[in-house]
Amino acid sequence: MRQPLDSHTSRPNNKLKMRRSTRVSIILLSIVVIAAIIGPELSNWQPEDIDWDSMQQGPSLAHPFGTDLVGRDLFVRTMIGARTSLTIAVIATLVSLAIGVPWGAFAGYLGGRVDQFMMRIVDILYGLPFILLVILLVVLFGRNPYLLFAALGAIFWLDLARIVRGQTLSIRRALFIEAARSLGAHTGQIVWRHIIPNVAGPIIVYATITLPSVILAESFISFLGLGVQEPNTSWGVLIADGTATMESSPWMLFFPGVLLVTTLWCCNTLGDRLRDHREDIQRKPFNI
Amino acid sequence: MFITLLTVITLVFALVRLAPGGPFDGERRLPADIEANLRAAYHLDEAIYLQYARYMGGLLQGDLGPSFRQKDFDVNELIAAGLPISAGLGLAALITALFLGIGIGIAAGFNQGTFADRLIMAVNNLNIALPTIVVAPLMVLIFAVLLRWLPAGGSDSIWHFVLPTIALALPYSAAIARLTRAGIIETHLEPHVKTAIAKGLSRSRLIFRHILPMALLPVISFLGPAAATLLTGSVVVEQIFDLPGIGRYFVQGALNRDYTLVMGVVVVYSAAIVTFNFFVDLAYAWLDPRIRLSQ
Repeated sequence: MRQPLDSHTSRPNNKLKMRRSTRVSIILLSIVVIAAIIGPELSNWQPEDIDWDSMQQGPSLAHPFGTDLVGRDLFVRTMIGARTSLTIAVIATLVSLAIGVPWGAFAGYLGGRVDQFMMRIVDILYGLPFILLVILLVVLFGRNPYLLFAALGAIFWLDLARIVRGQTLSIRRALFIEAARSLGAHTGQIVWRHIIPNVAGPIIVYATITLPSVILAESFISFLGLGVQEPNTSWGVLIADGTATMESSPWMLFFPGVLLVTTLWCCNTLGDRLRDHREDIQRKPFNI
Repeated sequence: MFITLLTVITLVFALVRLAPGGPFDGERRLPADIEANLRAAYHLDEAIYLQYARYMGGLLQGDLGPSFRQKDFDVNELIAAGLPISAGLGLAALITALFLGIGIGIAAGFNQGTFADRLIMAVNNLNIALPTIVVAPLMVLIFAVLLRWLPAGGSDSIWHFVLPTIALALPYSAAIARLTRAGIIETHLEPHVKTAIAKGLSRSRLIFRHILPMALLPVISFLGPAAATLLTGSVVVEQIFDLPGIGRYFVQGALNRDYTLVMGVVVVYSAAIVTFNFFVDLAYAWLDPRIRLSQ
């Protein structure tokens, strides 16, 4: 992570002092990610397999997380759900980076009327009930998971654009930018080669804050039955199933719920720690 | 404020018209002349700008159009039926979240660095990570099914609103507590607070007159964006607790592809958010003398 040139933001203490909560959350998050990657392969069951002998059974040796109403193994389904939820989160975050970073960098670098106009658009969009618009999109264009990724990413770029613009404003008059311009570099080159690499620090920090928000948003939408669809599954879908049957089979709510909460907690904690080291980034109000 | 609203409405209108498939695509294809009649009845056969003008004209008169799916109702009636419940729930949750959050924030902020502070903040951080879709079912399980203290769902009495209100308020209270604590710690260092201490003011006067108004500024500006997510949260909470608010209509409309209903709900929500943001700005100016005096 390169330090930005602005003296206000560069601080001598560059090391992330590891607090216990930081270490715990890194370890837990790694476990969740590894589980999402290799977990489904560890199980003897396929996510769509039906065990006719044990329907709606609690955790056992054969089914560590129990089974659902139709006898599908919940361990493998929870792991697949983790895979789906995390993939959507990562892709949506990348989409938000792809829109927000150039938007903010160009607005900040070009300045003047262009800047005002671009940021005015961000201001206007900021006030919208975006999750509702995403649901509207999903309703209108069918429940395509790729659309969900894109739509979620399209929500979260707004904050990113603001942050990148703020950072860009602080370096647009720097000497090396001046030098690049006098050597004949055009705007695109300057933004791409000189500005974006120098504001990468805050961008990375902000991306870690965005991840849990996306996970949360996806689980809300899927919970309402408007996101990921059967037979595919995600944490939101599993929690919705678990909620429907929580009186008779609480484990169906317990395992996906615990995984979701753990992941959110780890991401929040890591985001906070990183942000503590960069006071130039405001915390997002909280989810969504 | 007006521009934002106009943008939303236009965007929503454009999205709905861009969508593939009409509202009358069912399992079975309708005969062509019936479909044509239906389209004519709902003015879907007119040019797009006429439809837009018609919709905007209706909106100016407060008319959101007919529901495509529920034949005997128009969107106004459905929303009028749900709005009191949703608005009441949202307001109650907001007030609960403010009291709870500011209370927790004060308790932690004035004991900064002590064990109590760290314990409170650890619980609070866990609360931030607990999504409504996990907490709300758990609350139903514990307080309605196991303890039988409160009803699990429905909207018959005031008691039916206790669990939904708390479920909706919890994540906000966590965020507000965090902001309050940070605000208090920061305000403590301000010169005017030092002056107040030096004057020998009583502790309660110091807290409520000199520290809190400034410490709460971040909380006030948080309320603007929070309003938007409060509505989203209420969609989920209404679903879980079976409350017939507009969030329920929204989800039903979304599942049934009832375009006009969904559009209507989004327009109402956006109007609510924009109005709320406006009042948040006013409150901000009122609380901060620096902003108030500069105008």
